[in-house]
Amino acid sequence: MGIIGKQSLGATVQMRKTFETEIQQLKDEMLLLGSMVEQQILGSVDALKKRDTDASRRIQETDLQVNARRYAIEEQVMIVIATQQPMAHDLRLLASILEVSGELERMGDYAKGIATVSIRMADQPLLKPLIDIPRMAEKGVDMLHRALTAFTIEDVETARSIPAEDDEVDELYIQIYNELMMFVVQDPKTIERANWLLWVAHNLERLADRVSNICERTVFTATGEMKELEQTKIKR
Amino acid sequence: MSLFSELMDRNRVKRTRQRKTANAGMLTLTGLLTALALVPLFWIIGYVVIQGGKNINLDFFINLPRPLGISGGGVLSAIEGTLVVTLLAAVFAIPPGVLAAFYAARSPNTPLGVALRFSTDVLAGVPSIVVGLFAYTLLVVPMKHYSGLAGGAALAVLMLPTIIRTTEEMLKLVPASLREASLGLGAPEWKTSLRVLLPAASSGIITGFLLALARAVGETAPLLMTALGNERFDIKQIITSGVQSHLSVFQIIGHIINAPVDSLPLTLWKYAQQPYPERVAQAWTVALVLMLFVLIVNVSARVWIQSRTRRMKG
Amino acid sequence: MKMEISESVFQTAVARESGAKVEVINLAVYYGNFRALKDINLTVQEKRITAIIGPSGCGKSTLLRSFNRMNDLTPGCRMEGEVRLDGENVLLSSMDVVSVRRRVGMVFQRPNPFPKSIFDNVAYGPRLYGIHRKSDLEAIVENSLKASALWNEVKDKLNQSGLSISGGQQQRLCIARALAVEPEVILMDEPASALDPISTLKIEELMQELKKDYTIVIVTHNMQQAARVSDYTAMMMIDDARAGHLIEFDHTNTIFTRPKDKRTEDYVTGRFG
Repeated sequence: MGIIGKQSLGATVQMRKTFETEIQQLKDEMLLLGSMVEQQILGSVDALKKRDTDASRRIQETDLQVNARRYAIEEQVMIVIATQQPMAHDLRLLASILEVSGELERMGDYAKGIATVSIRMADQPLLKPLIDIPRMAEKGVDMLHRALTAFTIEDVETARSIPAEDDEVDELYIQIYNELMMFVVQDPKTIERANWLLWVAHNLERLADRVSNICERTVFTATGEMKELEQTKIKR
Repeated sequence: MSLFSELMDRNRVKRTRQRKTANAGMLTLTGLLTALALVPLFWIIGYVVIQGGKNINLDFFINLPRPLGISGGGVLSAIEGTLVVTLLAAVFAIPPGVLAAFYAARSPNTPLGVALRFSTDVLAGVPSIVVGLFAYTLLVVPMKHYSGLAGGAALAVLMLPTIIRTTEEMLKLVPASLREASLGLGAPEWKTSLRVLLPAASSGIITGFLLALARAVGETAPLLMTALGNERFDIKQIITSGVQSHLSVFQIIGHIINAPVDSLPLTLWKYAQQPYPERVAQAWTVALVLMLFVLIVNVSARVWIQSRTRRMKG
Repeated sequence: MKMEISESVFQTAVARESGAKVEVINLAVYYGNFRALKDINLTVQEKRITAIIGPSGCGKSTLLRSFNRMNDLTPGCRMEGEVRLDGENVLLSSMDVVSVRRRVGMVFQRPNPFPKSIFDNVAYGPRLYGIHRKSDLEAIVENSLKASALWNEVKDKLNQSGLSISGGQQQRLCIARALAVEPEVILMDEPASALDPISTLKIEELMQELKKDYTIVIVTHNMQQAARVSDYTAMMMIDDARAGHLIEFDHTNTIFTRPKDKRTEDYVTGRFG
């Protein structure tokens, strides 16, 4: 009985080889999009830190490609749904890929936003040396990277644990916020520069929030359970 | 409550009783009539078995007829004659019958196809004595003697309509896609017919042939006018004398089919008319043998077809 | 930090054009005075799967059967226009119909193995073309059955009847029978309509294997099947005079995600009246 079961399972996998290939391609594309976004985030913060306007411009241009890639994924998901009639797990996976690629595109937009800030601030010195903002970016990107890996291998355990790490990002954000407020109180003329930096920090905080959404999709894909994951203990 | 349900409820008990009575009545009636229809059948079979079984013994099958009063006489000549005549009939009827059926199945609406259908219908309705007369005129008169050949030809004509019709029906039952599959591979029509349609329809065709054979075996009238009857017909003797005079196989076969031959129904007919109880008793035995002959043909055909179908279906 | 960004390529998303194998030019088919097909213009790409879809009676099978002149078998059937196989018009009466049918094989709606052994079924075609040596036939039968993914299931019972195996296996036997004469194009007339879902998927996956070597044209009532297996889809309809014609022909992905014709949209979404 067991042997028969195994054989028929093997046959099933074999039978929809085309479909399997298409799903694998989609996952690969999504991971590629993910790593592009990771580099965009790190690159945008790096350009801000180094005051490299050219690099910031490149980030802005690359965002178009990020968007194009997301559209390509979206279209392909639609084609696979239309032509392969996925059901159950396959359907959840495709719906999740659609959602996750949307999240990634929005993250890419944050990177573009940071690049825009960097260009707008080009003629002014930074209010303070950037330390916490790069730390936020690194933490957020690290969470994103692990969340995407968990998504592709459907590691529910990891996916459930990542959103709690958002606290760390939130703490950094509050810390930056308080620091910048101090600058403004001491010297109201710094308000514009403080505001720009606050925007950057805010973008990075949102990035971490969106990582939670990816983790929710992982749980949904693997278990069919659609619910918000416990994200943060810090009340703001 | 709806009107229908109300009315139905009101009459329920009465209706149910009526329905059950009617059902039982009809069931009894059909049962009775079925039994009635079976009575003559079993009567005939039973009577033949009882009457014919009295005298059946080995001598009956291996000896030629002997004059009255001499025991141990058989009907070997009739058995051999029947075999010769039916074999000849099969040889004459099957090839043209099957080929005509192919034509009819393939081109039913051509003038020739319509003519074929019409003439097989007519031929099926022609009394066998007329067919006998036909063979007599066409074969016996020019050859100036009665023969198994003429008998075979007459029976072949009788078998033709059945063979053509059943074969045609069987060919029509072969799925069209089978023919298309063969033609689709580039096979010409004749190869398709020979290698695909004929094997696919073979069991049905053989059934049709056996049906025709079973009918022909029992024919008396056409044989009267063609094979005549020959109480001294003995294949073994013809072969022995043929070999002694160094005749070729074909010449010996020629001798066999050119002689007037006996046949079972003919013998039955002749013996039954004679005023001697001994002969009449023998006639009953012939009847039994004839019946068994037909039965064996039918049963073996069925068994063979079944095993073949099983083999083809796996 | 330099990032190499290539154009996103989904391999199976869009089948690249591979050259015309069959070109249908202004084809019209008549049954007596009735025009069953009109104005068909279609290019079948080599080593791709082209699906023909459309409502019942729209002439899908008639179109398919004009590719190997099977319409010749229908009394009173007449074809106008051209069906070019590698540039040669197969509809010309001077064309040798036997060679057309060898080059354009066909698989039918219901599995229709001949009432012969599995071996003889596959060897039927090669024998027609004068191959009789046993070792040659054995090699051809084995290769054909391997190509139709049936070899492992039947290699120990080649002498059993072709009718003794399951329906799905019978259909793959019929595919093997068609492959045995090495056709260039394989026509499939609703090849899975008589099969259960598992056997259907097996046939579909087999088609994906076969398209590496063969050009496949499939007629199907099952839109999902057309969507799953094909690279190109032709959508047919009948006009008021009940003549079938082509209303849209495009990449399958396009037909099923953004058809241009409203009628195609209605048909693929199941809203066709």
